[in-house]
Amino acid sequence: MNTLKLLIVDDEPGIRSGAKRVLQDFTVGYPFMDEDFSFDIVEAETGEKALEFIENDTIDIILLDNKLPGIEGIEVLEYIKKNNYDISVMMITSYASLELAIKATNNGAFNFVPKPFTPQELKTSVENITKNLFLKRMTQKMKEEGKEIRFQFLSVLSHELKSPINAIEGYLRMMQEKQIGDNVDDYKEMIDRSIERIKGMRSLILDLLDLTRMESGKKKRDLRKTDVAEVAKTVIDSIEPLAIQRNIKIHFETEENTYMNADKSELEIIINNLVSNAVKYNVESGKVFVKIFHSDNQLQIIVQDTGIGMSQEEMDLLFQDFVRIKNEKTKYVTGSGLGLSIAKKMTELYGGTIKVESEADKGSTFIVSIPVIKN
Amino acid sequence: METNKKKTIFLVDDDVDYIFQLTKMLENMGFEVISACGQKEAEKILDEIKPDLALFDLMMENKDSGFILSHRLKQRLPDVPVIIATALTAETGMIFGLDSEEDKQWIKADLYLEKGLRQDQLHREINKLLKI
Repeated sequence: MNTLKLLIVDDEPGIRSGAKRVLQDFTVGYPFMDEDFSFDIVEAETGEKALEFIENDTIDIILLDNKLPGIEGIEVLEYIKKNNYDISVMMITSYASLELAIKATNNGAFNFVPKPFTPQELKTSVENITKNLFLKRMTQKMKEEGKEIRFQFLSVLSHELKSPINAIEGYLRMMQEKQIGDNVDDYKEMIDRSIERIKGMRSLILDLLDLTRMESGKKKRDLRKTDVAEVAKTVIDSIEPLAIQRNIKIHFETEENTYMNADKSELEIIINNLVSNAVKYNVESGKVFVKIFHSDNQLQIIVQDTGIGMSQEEMDLLFQDFVRIKNEKTKYVTGSGLGLSIAKKMTELYGGTIKVESEADKGSTFIVSIPVIKN
Repeated sequence: METNKKKTIFLVDDDVDYIFQLTKMLENMGFEVISACGQKEAEKILDEIKPDLALFDLMMENKDSGFILSHRLKQRLPDVPVIIATALTAETGMIFGLDSEEDKQWIKADLYLEKGLRQDQLHREINKLLKI
């Protein structure tokens, strides 16, 4: 059972005790609420007393009379609004007038109940205000939990998935309509681009799976003594064919004893993202240097390239989801825009950091530092 | 002798393949095409060209890149019709469009289109805007 603190503010003792009697055993349920709400009731006979409660207690709901001896109900309401208290207010008064109702609603009163009211009318009003309060707080909580961010993520994702589909569909239509003639060879570029876009989509889906597994915490981590240099070697071997195509040489340098307690597949993802970027964003006949060594109590994986580099502005955005640096030099490079964001999140699983240093047209250096105890 | 000068369309998108395909399509319709890949590139030439119509992608470097370009173009050339095209649709839950009064004041596009339109559909919409 959840309990809400409900404050009754009225100068007539009869109203206070009557309302208390009606509400003390009253509960409110909602189909998708785990528990019902009951009410812990407190009373105030003046506006001043009400303000004391508001300041010193955590009040959820107020039944507020307007006509009070000192400061009026509407002033209490203004005070609540001004100080942003998370309190739902229902005005009760015998001097109901349209003007007051408008003023009260403008100041955030949930509703307005004229006196005298029957016990059932009071219950119905309190039920409504409770449900409203619940929904309001639920929405707030969902926002805080990042549901909003999730929604934006999905919107961007669907955009990222649709773009390659549109591109491929476009090429297929051009081929279907034989827009540049009957010779199949003339369509080579369109076919190559279509295949390239499909590759991009596949890598997006794979990255997405990595990201979801990691974020849901569902991925079983297999932590054991792992040789980082050996993982790096495997990764480099798998990227080599891509590098050779563009005459890029990958140099590898490592210390002895580069062991750490890690999940091999996670290390693979981190190193693979960095090294494949170093190749993708490099120039023809460029170079990539991969170095692994200890520095203080950190194991450092450094991936350096002689590629197109970045501006400071571009570096600031680099590790966010779906950020791809788009400019004249990168327009033919396909990617999901998730790789570095994943690499960063994975590095953080080990209490580590990723830093980047870069200069446009000179190249970029990514430095992964993971704390380890060297033995 | 051709007395009828070809109309020019300013095409901006961050997808090279889309630019390639659209350029082809628009040229087939008999238009001249000036294209730019992305908002930044477009901004570089925006003030120097005088197109008869502009066709902007919505989400490029920024989520509202198309709106920004449209706003800037209309400041200088208020009569040039602007089409905003996007791969976003209502089915993703993200309805692009003009929700608030504030948005309506500064976003001035003449037509919103979903990407993936066929040539004849696009041609009809462009002709309508160019009053051909």
